[in-house]
Amino acid sequence: MLDQDPILQTRGLSVYYDTKKVVTDVNLDVARNRITSIIGPSGCGKSTLLRCFNRMNDLIPSARVEGQVMFDGLDLYGHDVDPTEIRYLIGMVFQRPNPFPKSIYDNVAFGPRINGFKGDMDELVERSLVRAAIWDEVKDRLNTSALALSGGQQQRLCIARALAVEPRVILMDEPCSALDPIATLAIEELMRELSEDYSIIIVTHNMQQAARVSHYTAFLMVEEARVGFMVEFGESRQIFTNPEDERTEAYITGRFG
Amino acid sequence: MVRADFDRSLEELQAELVELGEIVEKAINKSMDALESRDLTMAYEVVAEDDVIDEKRFELEEKCINLIATQQPLAIDLRTLLTVLHIAVELERMGDYAEGIGKICMIIGDDVPMELPKQLPLMAKAGVIMLQGSLKSLVDRDTDLANNVWDSDDEVDELYDGVCRQIFLDMGEHPKTIEASTHFLWVAHDLERIADRATNIAERVIFMVTGRTGRYETTQEGKKSSD
Amino acid sequence: MSVISQSDFQRKRARRKWMGRAFYGLCLLSVAIALGMLAVLLVYLFIQGITGISWSFLTSFASRHPDQAGIKAAILGSIYVVMVAGVTSFVLGVATALYLEEYAARSKFARIAKINIANLAGVPSIVYGILGLQIFVHSMHLGKSVLAGGFTLGLLVLPIVIVASGEAVRAVPPSLREAAYGLGATRWQVIWHMVIPQAFPGILTGVILAVSRAIGETAPLIAMGALTFVPFTPDSPLSRFTVLPIQIFNWTSRPQEGFQEAAAAGIIVLLVILLVMNAGAVILRNKFQNKSGG
Repeated sequence: MLDQDPILQTRGLSVYYDTKKVVTDVNLDVARNRITSIIGPSGCGKSTLLRCFNRMNDLIPSARVEGQVMFDGLDLYGHDVDPTEIRYLIGMVFQRPNPFPKSIYDNVAFGPRINGFKGDMDELVERSLVRAAIWDEVKDRLNTSALALSGGQQQRLCIARALAVEPRVILMDEPCSALDPIATLAIEELMRELSEDYSIIIVTHNMQQAARVSHYTAFLMVEEARVGFMVEFGESRQIFTNPEDERTEAYITGRFG
Repeated sequence: MVRADFDRSLEELQAELVELGEIVEKAINKSMDALESRDLTMAYEVVAEDDVIDEKRFELEEKCINLIATQQPLAIDLRTLLTVLHIAVELERMGDYAEGIGKICMIIGDDVPMELPKQLPLMAKAGVIMLQGSLKSLVDRDTDLANNVWDSDDEVDELYDGVCRQIFLDMGEHPKTIEASTHFLWVAHDLERIADRATNIAERVIFMVTGRTGRYETTQEGKKSSD
Repeated sequence: MSVISQSDFQRKRARRKWMGRAFYGLCLLSVAIALGMLAVLLVYLFIQGITGISWSFLTSFASRHPDQAGIKAAILGSIYVVMVAGVTSFVLGVATALYLEEYAARSKFARIAKINIANLAGVPSIVYGILGLQIFVHSMHLGKSVLAGGFTLGLLVLPIVIVASGEAVRAVPPSLREAAYGLGATRWQVIWHMVIPQAFPGILTGVILAVSRAIGETAPLIAMGALTFVPFTPDSPLSRFTVLPIQIFNWTSRPQEGFQEAAAAGIIVLLVILLVMNAGAVILRNKFQNKSGG
């Protein structure tokens, strides 16, 4: 599917909540240093799929995962893999900005601290904030509460917080759904910049956003008999100008159902 | 349908485009009628009526731009709007060629130095059929018909080559008709361009339906490019 | 106006308005009754007891003579016992709540345990006294000491602390936990760095409630065998002791007029201690809330 060796690969990936199947047999390749978006209607399992990549589904007792997720050749669901160890290699940014009720500095330093970082913390915090394009706005008030920032700033802080543990992949679960259009564009701009060094997967309801930022797009769907199966995967420019599957076409042109 | 309002706008747009096509078709026919019957009043009307075509084209363009700005079309919708924009331009240019024929008609006047070459009405007829076919392929989303239109262009090209040879021959034999022959050469050229534009429309229809540019092989692309 | 009067929706309008006013009046009346009773109690106590409060009353031990009787031993006993009870219930209660909400959440065991803990809160306090006597005084050989009394009261108020802490832990936004897990935090790190600091104000509220209840308890301590006449200050956790409510109870059962006055004065002191402790805890809680909430 890709013209390169993918960083993440799912093979026959299915997820169940108790006995209910919410992701069905997904085979998805995630390109290195590219942005891959996952789109689809509500309840199509796209967030659940995203959370397979850093094993966040492990936190839900009733969730069960079948199939494989390969991360550079490592089976993430292998027996000897500790989920906490992969979560800083594969960072996550959430739907609502969720900074810790701590200072800006402590927010960024939290990840490195709990992972036993021994280097120059000030330098790491600054580097992360610069990388997340928020340094100039907060450098004079690093010790004030992160909750005083605007929504868009909070989300960029959350990105900085994720970057501070030096991940290789960043998962974004509808990162702009709580933001205004300008803040959204700032995050999108940042994502394009970050994609030079990181592989990014974004789940979004906003098709324009998927079209704007992502290099590749996967379309997931839900039908009566099957939930969370992948209909189409391809380069975004192809998906958004000339999708192959008519269900994709119906969805992205807003004629679903 | 979740986007009934948008769909209605797209349908209206297509209907207006077809309407513009019919006006252009009439202009072509009228210009040829004027030429054949040496009717200067009719020729003048063709020239005057071109403004209506220009206006309609800009109207269509504005509607397309509004829909793109307000509806953020994707996939088939995006291709449809781009196609409408493109076809509107093609039709407007076809109208210009009809206007050109009308002007030539007025220059030649009703003084008859020579017979109209018989291939010219044939070319006009073929061009109009191609125009009708291309617009029908748009309405029906019919790529086969669009391909047929594309093929017909070769016939018009053959007619064009024939009429050119004939006119050059006439010029040699009857030096007095050189001026009128030159005008007929221009008419032949205009008619050939009309057929080319109809081919372009067919090409856009194929793009709209399949998302791919060109027919199936793109080797003809150079030949089809506009002036 | 004509538009409105033609409408079908105007029927019973006057009645609905009247109902609204009646309900408002009922609520107001309830508040008035509650506050009124409290005011009567306080005024009555104040009038009767204020003259009994003096420096010597606070610093003297109990006596057979009403004019010499003081509550030094009872005040110190109450404070010591309540401190032991507070610490015990805090440690056990928070740990239990964390186990039930974080580790065993959703398990059948946790559900059953929570129902039973809620039921424990309704067990008569005297039962705890008997329990304390059996376990702490006899089995653990702590004697009828401050420690045994504190543990007994700690157990008594444990359900309050567990329920309040559990609620506080549940109220920690899942988004914060997710964010911490997403950075590679272990469960222990999430609990220690996120859940406990966030839940702390709520936990503290539970402990305040619990301690307020403990300081007024009499029955379990009597059942356990606390003294009523203590002419000394408890000098170690294993000293024998009395507490304010027992001292007050004891005084009220005496016929002499002077002891009635002493009892009223004792109640005022008890209320003041309660007030000071509550205020202190509220200030502490607000400080934590501001620190964590920014």
